[in-house]
Amino acid sequence: MQGDKSKFAEQFINLIPHCQALGMKLTGIGDGMAEMELPYSEQIVGDPETGVVHGGAVSALMDTCCGAAAMSHPSSPSGTATIDLRIDYMRAATPGQAIRTRAECYHITRSVAFVRATALDDDTEQPVATATGAFTVERK
Amino acid sequence: MPRSRPDPVQVVKQRRDAALSALVHGVPYIQFLGIEFDRRGDELTAILPYDDKLIGNPMIPAIHGGVTAGFLETTAVIGLAWASLWDDIEAGRFDMEELTRGHLPRLPKTIDFTLDYLRSGLPRDAYARARVTRSGRRYASVQVEAWQDQRDQPFAQAAGHFLMPARDE
Repeated sequence: MQGDKSKFAEQFINLIPHCQALGMKLTGIGDGMAEMELPYSEQIVGDPETGVVHGGAVSALMDTCCGAAAMSHPSSPSGTATIDLRIDYMRAATPGQAIRTRAECYHITRSVAFVRATALDDDTEQPVATATGAFTVERK
Repeated sequence: MPRSRPDPVQVVKQRRDAALSALVHGVPYIQFLGIEFDRRGDELTAILPYDDKLIGNPMIPAIHGGVTAGFLETTAVIGLAWASLWDDIEAGRFDMEELTRGHLPRLPKTIDFTLDYLRSGLPRDAYARARVTRSGRRYASVQVEAWQDQRDQPFAQAAGHFLMPARDE
């Protein structure tokens, strides 16, 4: 049962046009957890002098990954939408490196899924960004 | 002391538009999303023309929440940079030659950004405006609102804190 839902979430995410445009990939999902990866590319650079990725691309990764985590929770019947999302930027991501994020739905009610996420590059000791958000729980 | 004559309107407009264009067109991610800025005096309106690659949920279809986030953050950063450079642009102190060589002024860095998603983003053009509510030497606070067909029905709003680039005295 859980496997079916994870498969559905995986297929759904891989069909998102904006995720395809950024080359974003789902690398793990299940039981309210999701992992995604954003490869480095020139088109998402925010500072042309240093080659550092724009915060907006990190936001897109965080939002998608948090939504996937909310959808994959055993108490979530189907789809979800973002209510709010806060992103804290700790440091610039190192140019040339992929950004990986892991999101966890740590609490869910009949109406709201609470999710948090961390984004890392190759230096896994110091996070690039963290996010916390609330997502809708769609009724069947 | 006699007051100096104001610069001709074409000179003023050319100076403002060149500075704005350099800020916006020098950033690859802003180009990737296709964001443009409309200027009336010092007031900026960001425009996100609809494109299929901006879609998040193909079934509804709706603009990706991450696109909305990137759009609002870009509006905030450009709005803040624009407001902080305005006096230099007006006084003609802004170095246009540096710009044409591709050297952008340092942009503010986002410390944190909080978004409220009020409605789903429809598959059509979106607009946004930023308001700098506090601008200090080191830190700034900015609010942003984005809408589509109806100005009084925003589909997203955001508030962010930014670290200002060090000013070389």
